[in-house]
Amino acid sequence: MDNFLTLFETYNVPAAFWVNIQLTFWAAVWSLVLGTLLALMRISPIPSLQWLGAAYVNIFRNTPLTIIIAFGVLGLFGQLQVSLTDDFNLNFFRLAILGLTIYHAAFVCEAIRSGVNTVPLGQAEAARAIGLSFLPAARLIILPQAFRGAIAPLGNVLIALIKNSTVAAAGSVAAEASSLMKTMIEFRGDLVIPIFFTFAIGFVILVIPVGLLTTWASRRLAVAR
Amino acid sequence: MTSEPQPSTSASSAHPLVSLKKVNKHYGPLHVLKDIDLEVARGEVVVVIGPSGSGKSTLCRAINRLETIDDGEIKVDGKVLPAEGKALARLRADVGMVFQSFNLFAHKSILENVTLGPVKVKGMKGGEAKELAMSLLKRVGVANQADKLPAQLSGGQQQRVAIARALAMKPKVMLFDEPTSALDPEMINEVLDAMVALAKEGMTMIVVTHEMGFARKAADRVVFMADGQIVEQATPEEFFTNPKSERAKDFLGKILAH
Ligand SMILES: Nc1ncnc2c1ncn2[C@@H]1O[C@H](COP(=O)(O)OP(=O)(O)OP(=O)(O)O)[C@@H](O)[C@H]1O
Ligand SMILES: [Mg+2]
Repeated sequence: MDNFLTLFETYNVPAAFWVNIQLTFWAAVWSLVLGTLLALMRISPIPSLQWLGAAYVNIFRNTPLTIIIAFGVLGLFGQLQVSLTDDFNLNFFRLAILGLTIYHAAFVCEAIRSGVNTVPLGQAEAARAIGLSFLPAARLIILPQAFRGAIAPLGNVLIALIKNSTVAAAGSVAAEASSLMKTMIEFRGDLVIPIFFTFAIGFVILVIPVGLLTTWASRRLAVAR
Repeated sequence: MTSEPQPSTSASSAHPLVSLKKVNKHYGPLHVLKDIDLEVARGEVVVVIGPSGSGKSTLCRAINRLETIDDGEIKVDGKVLPAEGKALARLRADVGMVFQSFNLFAHKSILENVTLGPVKVKGMKGGEAKELAMSLLKRVGVANQADKLPAQLSGGQQQRVAIARALAMKPKVMLFDEPTSALDPEMINEVLDAMVALAKEGMTMIVVTHEMGFARKAADRVVFMADGQIVEQATPEEFFTNPKSERAKDFLGKILAH
């Protein structure tokens, strides 16, 4: 047991989780923005935008995240020399956020669309009838209600995102939790099981409040009809 | 209330406020509006009546372009309905619409439901819009509910708010698509009373309803539709006591039997 506890002095486990939390935070913010734009495209009256939104979702929802993130490092950075900053490690961190965003935006879009489906058609018609065109109607009437109807599915996307942030390892973000776990196991093979449990429990502790919070919020904020 | 031209000097009173010419609409193979010709004068109240599926809702929805039409021409105050876009949105604000299922914005308070259009579409100042909204809510008798959410109101109250919301845009014409048919019987009259009052004030109205009391009290003309066509038009008195067409006789026989 003492053996196991000294591991925490050698390796900074909370710092590794902090990297995952940061990855999750930024990817969540950006994928919410991109996902909302995609959802707007998909519900817009313009066929070419609808098509573009649908194409995006179908491509990125069906591509493994590992491939998207590896492409960021090997394709964007390695081959095309795309750099988001001069700082080498920060660049990988940002490329990982980009990959996580691109992938999860597709799921956010679909979660918001399921929220849009909870809004009766009459709401949009009433908005049009008082003279609101598509964007104001979406912004003022449809999306506020859609978000409130989409809290639970958006929570599920966030939960997936927290866990998927470990895939940043494939994008050379070596400071994140699963990479640290691998390092620790390499050096202390005798403690492999407690190490596994430590990281598993760490993620469970991160994820459970998200689930509880979104369940509570989706009830609390449900639109009364 | 008759439709004689008002002694106004404005040139716009010369033409009908709403005019449909040879309007056709299909849903796939279903021909729902067949060569509809209809003119509604300024200040006129027209009741549209007819069996289920005859195209009454489609007609209403075509007039503010919630539905597109295949061919023909619809003019509101002399202007042809524009295609999608800003111009259409502006024209829609001239046409108030009251739906069977109220369709109040569920996440907004009663007051916000009424102020939203004036503020966001017409750019009215918040304070001014609130004043207007409160006076309209008072007019339809729900001013004391201003801070509640729609779901907290009865159906009759919600429908009166919907009328106030439409009026807040100062529309030239109001469309009502079966405004009382989703209501419990005891709430029907409060909504009809608000509509009769509106008619008396000279609002141009097109009302799809089977409420004969309303038609007799407020309508200048009854338009009878069947199978996507206008089969017969007459004054309410004439239509209800002496319908000409077999379809109308048959239809009235059915609704009067109750
Ligand atoms: N979106 C749609 N797609 C396909 N068919 C439709 C659609 N809307 C209406 N219809 C059909 O068009 C016809 C006319 O419908 P409409 O709603 O205008 O009739 P209505 O006279 O208002 O009937 P009701 O008294 O039942 O409200 C009906 O046969 C209906 O089934
Ligand atoms: Mg109808």
